[in-house]
Amino acid sequence: MKETIRFTLNGAPVTLETEINRKLLWVLRTDLEETGTKYGCGAGMCGSCTVVVDGIPVRSCIVNVDYVRGKAVTTIEGLATDGELHPLQREFFEHGAYQCGYCTPGMIMNAYGMLQENPTPSRTEIIEGMENNLCRCSAYKRIIEAIESAAGIGGGDHE
Amino acid sequence: MSDVYKMERREFVKILGGGIVVCVNLGSIAGLAACERRGFQRGYPDDINAYLHIAEDGEITLFSGKIEMGQGIMTSLTQMAAEDLGVGIESIQIVMGDTDRCPWDMGTFGSLTTRMFGPAVRAAAAKARLVLTDMAEERLGVDRQSLSVENGVVFVSGDRSRSVTFGELARGQAITHTVDEEAVQRSVQDFAVIGQSPLRLDGVEKVTGAAEYAGDIRLPGMLYARILRPPAHGATLTSVDTSAAESMAGVTVVNEDGIVAVLCVDPELAGRALRAVNAEYDEPNPTVDTESIYEHLVDVAPEPNVPDEEGDLGAGRAASERTFEETYYNAYVAHAPIEPHTAVAEVTDGKATVWSSTQAPFTQQQGVARALGFDPENVRVITPYVGGGFGGKVSGRQAVEAARLAQITGTPVQVAWTRAEEFFYDQFRPAATIKLTSGIDANGKLTLWDYQVYGAGARGSDVFYDVPNKSVRVFGEWGGAPEGLHPFAVGAWRAPAANSNRFAAEQQIEIMAYAAGIDPLEFRLSNTSDERMQATLRAAADRYGWQPRSTAARNGRGRGLACGIDAETYVALIADVTVDVASGSVKVDRVVCAQDMGIVVNPDGSRMQMEGCIAMGLGYVFSEELRFEGGKILDSDFASYKLATFSQMPQIDTVFVSNDALPPKGGGEPAIINMGAVVANAIFDATGARVYRLPMTPERVLEALSNV
Repeated sequence: MKETIRFTLNGAPVTLETEINRKLLWVLRTDLEETGTKYGCGAGMCGSCTVVVDGIPVRSCIVNVDYVRGKAVTTIEGLATDGELHPLQREFFEHGAYQCGYCTPGMIMNAYGMLQENPTPSRTEIIEGMENNLCRCSAYKRIIEAIESAAGIGGGDHE
Repeated sequence: MSDVYKMERREFVKILGGGIVVCVNLGSIAGLAACERRGFQRGYPDDINAYLHIAEDGEITLFSGKIEMGQGIMTSLTQMAAEDLGVGIESIQIVMGDTDRCPWDMGTFGSLTTRMFGPAVRAAAAKARLVLTDMAEERLGVDRQSLSVENGVVFVSGDRSRSVTFGELARGQAITHTVDEEAVQRSVQDFAVIGQSPLRLDGVEKVTGAAEYAGDIRLPGMLYARILRPPAHGATLTSVDTSAAESMAGVTVVNEDGIVAVLCVDPELAGRALRAVNAEYDEPNPTVDTESIYEHLVDVAPEPNVPDEEGDLGAGRAASERTFEETYYNAYVAHAPIEPHTAVAEVTDGKATVWSSTQAPFTQQQGVARALGFDPENVRVITPYVGGGFGGKVSGRQAVEAARLAQITGTPVQVAWTRAEEFFYDQFRPAATIKLTSGIDANGKLTLWDYQVYGAGARGSDVFYDVPNKSVRVFGEWGGAPEGLHPFAVGAWRAPAANSNRFAAEQQIEIMAYAAGIDPLEFRLSNTSDERMQATLRAAADRYGWQPRSTAARNGRGRGLACGIDAETYVALIADVTVDVASGSVKVDRVVCAQDMGIVVNPDGSRMQMEGCIAMGLGYVFSEELRFEGGKILDSDFASYKLATFSQMPQIDTVFVSNDALPPKGGGEPAIINMGAVVANAIFDATGARVYRLPMTPERVLEALSNV
């Protein structure tokens, strides 16, 4: 049955008439035409669909749209402001912390949520926080360094 | 050659709206012959393979049939063009993998882009610069020798006020040039763009979510399709009932030409509709499984190819003080790109357009044309960014499926495989059994190398050690495996066959080194006269801080060494590991990777590939193993099929062996080929236990420990 669902997406109010058990991922990608959030496994195991809901990273492929009623959803499209890259985006770019780029939105959003909870994580905490996001190109080393740089705690220079 | 592949040179200029076009025929570029006709592919056409356009407004565009799947060639190809054209990389646009706009290309694989296609790009750019300089000669009234080119401006050397821009020169022109002579390319000491590491051109799009992949293409009226899949390879459909799906509102059902699909505007509803389809299959009884495959490969092996043979094996045995007979095993693994195979197709007015996640757009153009009954020129394949390939995105099944469904339904269709479909229809890296008998004399010199590889293929089996008596027999190639050898499709997986072959060869070398009481580095150096290999080994050892040692440490921490040649690049790895002897779990603490890849076009991009190879390699080293019963694939998600993750990352040190005398060689694959052996050798050093089978799971490490 369709219901009215309201939430904010990247700061803008959204009102949808939709089935409430649809997955947030597909509502974002189809109804709302925000395709930066990616399908990778549909089971919450790879993290490429990660978005941030009220400051917490969630796997949008296993979360019903019902869950975000009245909440603030941030996707990769919402990080840059006025054409200015978010520090995480800038550090991912400058460290080359991506290759094919497909898992990158999920990586950045997971890190964004993680840094909201813990703005100065140790390397061990970064690894723990990112562990369940998969990158098949395996840019892991640079992703860790990019997150460290964004958090203002070093980050290496790849020689 | 078929006319299909030919486009009149004049046509280019017409389509592009004037200016100057420089075309390149790769056949004229030295070195290409080596990669022609790779079994399933035809060779390059004797027509145009790349072209560069300088528009009347000065805009420069490079057109290439190659695709960007993460390897960074969008940036490195642009660098190569910019170098010889005399412009900055920001002045060049690159159009990739579009069959209507780009010249034919066989596909993006084999670490071939930089070493085979790069020279064509450089030749086109050098020719363009020559053409423009000649035009400027007339315009500025001085001869060529007195002119300089910088940032797209030709000026009189020493007097920048007398200048003309590329755009001004191209204005009013509608001409094409073909590279017919070797236009002088910049030499290494003059490089301004090659050898630099500019930030990648695809970077901003990729960190902002703006980068478009095939699944991000959305067309008006587009339906998402889900397709009925068999439970096992080799199963045949005996009955199907789609009535329940048909009764669902908004669902279109297709049952035609062997394709049963449900389509609707909501991908989740399509999934539910597919679950409402009742189908029955006849499944063949499995004859082989995850454990029995290794004997099977030997039992049903086809006649071998013999890529390398010298001396006499009997004489080799006679000359050996000691011989070593070992068998090594490597599992089937999946490509598992995070972006599953995806395609969007639109078929209207006898023409098809397909956006596809593919490494081989021109192969897909042919496949789609055949499936639709169209001429290839009426099929356009566009390749957006590809979310990882690793050799797995070549077949184009999903593109054909999307195109057929679009043709049948008359609406645009997206086919995006689920993770389970991705695991099912992958063309897996083949399992391998490798039987290896080798020998050394009393001085630790190699005397015998009797090498037999079943199932994988030849790549990486080349013997760069000095062995007077050797034979390499290859029973079955991944690219042309006979029916019945593998229970499902296999294909090219990042450096195909080399991961299996180096796992065997480089362990065997260390087995002999320790048996001879010789330090493993010294053993290698003294058994190869290949100077590039010696330099590469020394570079790795220097960075690592190698101290000679001829016995295993056996204290839970160990180091390993392994080397090889891939895509004409020389690579040596040294790894440190810590082994938990109670659990059998192994942590790789550090990996040093040295590479001689000739001229390094983009050092940071090359490091990314080396790091990615090492990190991705940890997956097949420790956990990746596709389990199956006959044609039934037992792994269908990331819960049971484990890729490498953040917590496994070692410290990675990358080193380039300076070799600017050599044109650029491959970079996307070499560093992965030794990952199995370098870790196995380190485990041996740490424990005295040798692991002969990949992946080296804790159970297998424990089992090896129990044999010590």
